Amino acid sequence: MLDAEPKPLVQVRNLKMYFPIHSGLMRRHSGDVKAVDDVSFEIRQGETLGLVGESGCGKSTVGRAILRLYEPTAGSVVIDGDEVPALSAEALRKKRPVMQMVFQDPQASLNPRMTVADIIREPLDEHTTLSRDEKLARVYELMDQVGLNRAFANRYPYAFSGGQRQRIGIARALALNPKFIVCDEPIAALDVSIQAQVVNLLEDLQERLGLTYLFISHDLSMVRHIADRVAVMYLGQIAEISPRDALYARPLHPYAEALLSAVPEPDPSREGARQRIILRGDVPSPANPPRGCNFCTRCPKVMPICREVEPRLIEAEPGRQVACHLVNPSPG
Amino acid sequence: MLTFTLRRLLTAIPTLLLISLVIFLLVDFAPGSPMSDIPLTVPPEVRQKMMAALGADQPVMVRYLLWLKQFFIVEPQYALDAAFGTNFADGAQRIISWQSKVPVFQLIGERLPQTLTVVGTAYLIGILVALPIGIYSAYRQYSWFDQAGTFFAMAGFSVPTFFTGNVLILIFAIKLGWFPTIYDTNLSVMDWDSFVKMIKQMALPVTVLALFNAAEISRYTRSSVLENLNQDYVRTARAKGMTERTVLLKHVMRNSLIPVVTVIALGMPTVFGGAIVTEQIFKINGIGAALIGAIHVSDLPTVQTITFIFAVLIVVFNLIADILYGILDPRIRYD
Repeated sequence: MLDAEPKPLVQVRNLKMYFPIHSGLMRRHSGDVKAVDDVSFEIRQGETLGLVGESGCGKSTVGRAILRLYEPTAGSVVIDGDEVPALSAEALRKKRPVMQMVFQDPQASLNPRMTVADIIREPLDEHTTLSRDEKLARVYELMDQVGLNRAFANRYPYAFSGGQRQRIGIARALALNPKFIVCDEPIAALDVSIQAQVVNLLEDLQERLGLTYLFISHDLSMVRHIADRVAVMYLGQIAEISPRDALYARPLHPYAEALLSAVPEPDPSREGARQRIILRGDVPSPANPPRGCNFCTRCPKVMPICREVEPRLIEAEPGRQVACHLVNPSPG
Repeated sequence: MLTFTLRRLLTAIPTLLLISLVIFLLVDFAPGSPMSDIPLTVPPEVRQKMMAALGADQPVMVRYLLWLKQFFIVEPQYALDAAFGTNFADGAQRIISWQSKVPVFQLIGERLPQTLTVVGTAYLIGILVALPIGIYSAYRQYSWFDQAGTFFAMAGFSVPTFFTGNVLILIFAIKLGWFPTIYDTNLSVMDWDSFVKMIKQMALPVTVLALFNAAEISRYTRSSVLENLNQDYVRTARAKGMTERTVLLKHVMRNSLIPVVTVIALGMPTVFGGAIVTEQIFKINGIGAALIGAIHVSDLPTVQTITFIFAVLIVVFNLIADILYGILDPRIRYD
């Protein structure tokens, strides 16, 4: 039965994304902001991997670096059989249709001077040889798919609400039949009532088109709804990757535990019993992360070894990988 | 859009009337008399008669209203007559220059072509040079090209034209002898030789002015492109797999040229106004020189008319900039 396991569509190995800091009179290279520091994970075909973490932990940077919207500092990203960081500029452009992104800010990510039809059609102009009419038909088809009225095709983005704009962004991402979509906080800028619509739309599309998602969010309840597996990030590193139900039932990493304890409980009788773990202190600067475990400065269960040795992300239980000395006592 | 334009034109009328009154009073209150050129040996009663002949002895309000009538009614009639051979004006009194005793508009008609050739060419060249420099500087921010562009812009912007003009004359006209120091207004382009001569005499003043214009416009372009390069929709365009050319020319340029177009449109009146200082340095007999000359001898009608035309141009180009904004940016609709 092992063969039934779909093979990974996306494989990320030791991805690092450092942003150089230049300072002083001569703007010398004096350090790096380690936005993403040695991150590895896989996403199987048709799966949704949720990526959660607090603001500034490097979630969005991971998404952008694997699509090479940033040039990664180091590491390997294999998407659908191609080593993305090694592609030439032209090959990368040809590869773009396979991997798309839905951006966080639906207002800023749409060119204000193009109509909806132009925005959705542009990738078709660039990557296909369809005729004018075929392109228009495809644009209408996409607008239907994401639930936009065809009559709006010639309007400009400013004329739409946030939810509608995000639908435009999704239609745009779908235009070239991608296999893999990075959803970079696609619902963060939307009203709660609209969030559910957009998330349901994404799920619908996944079912119909067999899409694979990397769903970046800080909304833990939304991730619980949409993701199959969840990766928890802290300060540029992955603390834990687990199947969704296992993670939400029993987080292994102390940071995942603290993060999940912050999710409000809709049932008031159980909400009273919720134990919140309050973390003290601030997130250390990613330009100067602490020695040992990145989380050691705030961890409620910190041990002496945590301040010395950096824990590695290894399998703690079947299907669950954790980077913590508490869970994986390291020899010596 | 049409209602907006008409409304703006209507509101421009009181603005322009007020401007014309202010200019008229300022010019009138300025010290000096149209008779200051006349030798002191001329007896006072003769002076008085000369003043009366010019109409300069009338009270200021009478002269102002007369000027208004001449500017808005009589002169357009003469223009129509000249264009269609009609006879609306019927020999009515035109605005006459006190200095040369010819109609002021005839004077302007003689001087304007010189100004437009030199200053207009300089403005055009300035724009053509500034846009690529600004765009490329922004695209390669902090590269050596950008640093050089910044230096060039700072130099062009902060060194006044009367200095660069004289430096260029010193180097290229006196030391090297490549170009003439003085612009010959009488030169008309008939054949290849005179064309080369024209290019040569235009080279220095055009360079001086183009440098100044390019400095300003390239800075605006650079900052505007920079602002747009970091926008999310540019990343979207890259994620779509557009070529870098498309990203830059279609997505970035169309959005970032709007403020630049406004700056260019608002700068247009200076072309008509002539770069007064530069015209003086190179002895270009243009409209700026005419204005300076008229101020020296208290030629009130000429000063008043030319200054007022500048005011009209500024109001008109402001309106054009606003309309362009509406055309270029679909989010702006004037109705």
